[in-house]
Amino acid sequence: MSDTSGQGIPDPEGPSNMIDTEYEVGQDNISMSMGPFGLDIHNPVFAISGLSIVAFVFFTLAFQDSAGAAFNDLRNWLTGTFDWFFLTAANIFVLLCLFLIVSPYGKVRIGGKDATPDYSYTGWFAMLFAAGMGIGLMFYGVSEPISHFSSSFADNAGTPESWAPLGGAAGDAVEARNLGMAATIFHWGLHPWAIYAIVALALALFSYNKGLPLTMRSVFYPIFGERIWGWTGHIIDILAVFATLFGLATSLGFGAEQANAGLNHLFGVPINDVSKVLLIVAITGVALMSVVAGLDAGVKRLSEINMMLAALLLVFVLIVGPTVAIFTGFFHNLYEYVRYLPELSNPFGRDDDNFRQGWTAFYWAWWISWSPFVGMFIARVSRGRSVREFLVCVLLIPSIVSVFWMTVFGGTAITQLVNDGYQLVVDSPLELKLFAMLEGLPLQQITSFIAIVLVIVFFVTSSDSGSLVIDTITAGGKIDAPVPQRIFWASFEGLVAIALLLGGGLGALQAMAVSTGFPFTIILLLACFAILKGLHSEPR
Amino acid sequence: MYTKIMVPVDLAHADKLSLALDTAAKLSKLYNAPVTYVGVTASTPGPLGHNPAEYDQKLAGFVAEQAKTHGIEADGKTVVSHDPAVDLDDALIKTARETQCDLIVMATHIPNVADHFWPSNGGRLATHTHASVFLVRG
Repeated sequence: MSDTSGQGIPDPEGPSNMIDTEYEVGQDNISMSMGPFGLDIHNPVFAISGLSIVAFVFFTLAFQDSAGAAFNDLRNWLTGTFDWFFLTAANIFVLLCLFLIVSPYGKVRIGGKDATPDYSYTGWFAMLFAAGMGIGLMFYGVSEPISHFSSSFADNAGTPESWAPLGGAAGDAVEARNLGMAATIFHWGLHPWAIYAIVALALALFSYNKGLPLTMRSVFYPIFGERIWGWTGHIIDILAVFATLFGLATSLGFGAEQANAGLNHLFGVPINDVSKVLLIVAITGVALMSVVAGLDAGVKRLSEINMMLAALLLVFVLIVGPTVAIFTGFFHNLYEYVRYLPELSNPFGRDDDNFRQGWTAFYWAWWISWSPFVGMFIARVSRGRSVREFLVCVLLIPSIVSVFWMTVFGGTAITQLVNDGYQLVVDSPLELKLFAMLEGLPLQQITSFIAIVLVIVFFVTSSDSGSLVIDTITAGGKIDAPVPQRIFWASFEGLVAIALLLGGGLGALQAMAVSTGFPFTIILLLACFAILKGLHSEPR
Repeated sequence: MYTKIMVPVDLAHADKLSLALDTAAKLSKLYNAPVTYVGVTASTPGPLGHNPAEYDQKLAGFVAEQAKTHGIEADGKTVVSHDPAVDLDDALIKTARETQCDLIVMATHIPNVADHFWPSNGGRLATHTHASVFLVRG
């Protein structure tokens, strides 16, 4: 036990093992006022991340022409050279989570042995799902299964030019479908959620049980000791801010593309940069209102609305789509996922370079760049859960929901294509495939409209929870820093998304997500070790 | 005239509260009304404690000191909020109702442009509770 208990200060709630450090949350902070607004920011994390991002936005906009190509090269180089590294790391995260679920460490409770959960299952689950997957499910729900299916079915499957997973299944519609669904679920199932779960668990453990501030650096106390309060910690936190901001901006870019495509599809709104910028501005405005309203009144409420709308759309497609095929498909896809899992997650000796590097490595880097944000957000709302309950809920349940979502949206689209020869789902560009699928079903005007609203609300819930997280990191772990700081970060997320969209489009966004994901992968591997060390010292 | 006084306190800036605390103590003596000091904290570690229990202990120490210095009847109440930067007013409104206080004494800042965007804490308390609100310029 630490010295603090000896001074008569109670432990979190029931026994836990606090870390004894002289550091006080916010001791390196600068409190100042800028005009009428008060600020409470960590020095130098806020200054370095804030200034770098302002400079980044400026240069990307100033050199729009050359920026695009440079970003694309960067992305291809990273995913091409380090694909094995991303794949191996993600496998380690999954294995560690599964181990913790079955090990005695699963009994440790976040927040102390007697802590009780802050949120009900519904509110908790809605928030972690809305933050964790968000827009991606809308963007890729139809487009990814269809892409994998078509590339696997195509005649050139298995050649170096092909994008098919595992060499595909040229000419075999049944196997191409299995492979397409398995590959999609692979990207949305256990692996991404294991990445989030690791970060969330690490943060929650070191904050609620060990009493350290809620920032990424705290996780590394068992490794670096008191040095985490110096530059080692500053760098970790700054990287976390970059990863969050660029990871989020990527999603916001996808959201803007898709909302624009949807609005064009429904109302004829032109697809161009002006529309996208206006969309980002308007939606960032809503996100601003949400962060100002706070965690309970803004973020949680929007997440719940989101869940309801998503469920509504899901049930609709389920009922009017091929219902029986979807239900049987769910179990079938789950089986195919498990069957292909060892091959898909194998980092070495594979020939499907395009798929492995272009899809899987990109996805893992993207999830990892999202992980400080989603992880910290999940950590913040998960106090009172046991490690086992936490991991089962964060890892398994969202994975199963993702399987179901992909089965309903992707499965319906593949059925439309295979059974009815409905070509539109293949011919449409990525961002329109969802709307193309809905067009093949009844009431498409209404469902497309709901889909656009969903994209927008997902956009808002990602942006507002992201701003909360960046604000906490740049305020040295304080969650009661003045509200204008949140407004600054929420606005800058929008600006970064705009800058990257104009200076190189989605390729630029993806490149930055991957570039920040790479160093963060190394950080996460270290975090795995810290978690084990931290859990080991907790009373069970 | 008053039967119960509530005093919201920000323990991080206790040094800036002296005028409000003195005012509350004098009113407490004048009307023989007990004072409840209310502190709002988050469940995450902060400068005032690693957890709400630790914060609560600090508040209890603060309350004991106030009671002793001013010779008044006082107790403390820690409110745990998920997002104290934003939910402060709501937490105070709820506590004012729970404690059934009829007077709130609190320190206030010098009004500035930001007040046009964010309503002041005191203003919101006056709008949403039945208690009288005494704002003390610090």
